[in-house]
Amino acid sequence: MVDYLTGLLMLLGSIFCLVASVGIVRLPDALTRMHAATKTGTLGTGLLIIAEALFYRQLGISLRAATVIALVLLTAPVAAHLIGRAFYRSGEALSDRTWIDELKSQKGKTV
Amino acid sequence: MISANSFIDFAGLAALAMLLFGLVLVLWRLARGPTAADRVIALDLLSMLVVAFLVAISIHARETSYLDVAIAYACIAFLGTVALARYITRTSRRRSEQKQGDQQDG
Repeated sequence: MVDYLTGLLMLLGSIFCLVASVGIVRLPDALTRMHAATKTGTLGTGLLIIAEALFYRQLGISLRAATVIALVLLTAPVAAHLIGRAFYRSGEALSDRTWIDELKSQKGKTV
Repeated sequence: MISANSFIDFAGLAALAMLLFGLVLVLWRLARGPTAADRVIALDLLSMLVVAFLVAISIHARETSYLDVAIAYACIAFLGTVALARYITRTSRRRSEQKQGDQQDG
């Protein structure tokens, strides 16, 4: 029964990874692309790693899987924040469908 | 009802195929741009997809040592992304300072 759950988690995880890459191709500007890539990619990778832990069911593998999940969960938001800040500071235009820019009045100050 | 083993084999092949297609899409965005931030985002997702691919191949090939590779790759990819993001911030700030300096001189 657990093996079927493993296969299902693998399929779900790779579907989420595919959705992330479709998002990075289809969305209009760098901030929305980052939103698709970070959140969906983290979820997809996390599901695949849980599938790996369920597949082997050994303590060593589960600990390593937990390490990878912790690494991905800790580093993905930091990386996304840094890229978002770099993009906003570089002054490139946002998508023309953006209608709230809360940092606009503070432009030139520290973002 | 298909057996558990053949279901995992099928799921592994399907996962590898989908991840490969996703990698191609991300590479297209990496080549296309248009801004430097887009390329860094594409590189970030590319490294995440490579970690996912390593995990999927570790299940499909029944070879646990790919998981260690995934740990090391996740660490190195994070450092690369941070360095590239800092680089974009630095160069854009320098460019805007130069622009202001030119205006003051002129």
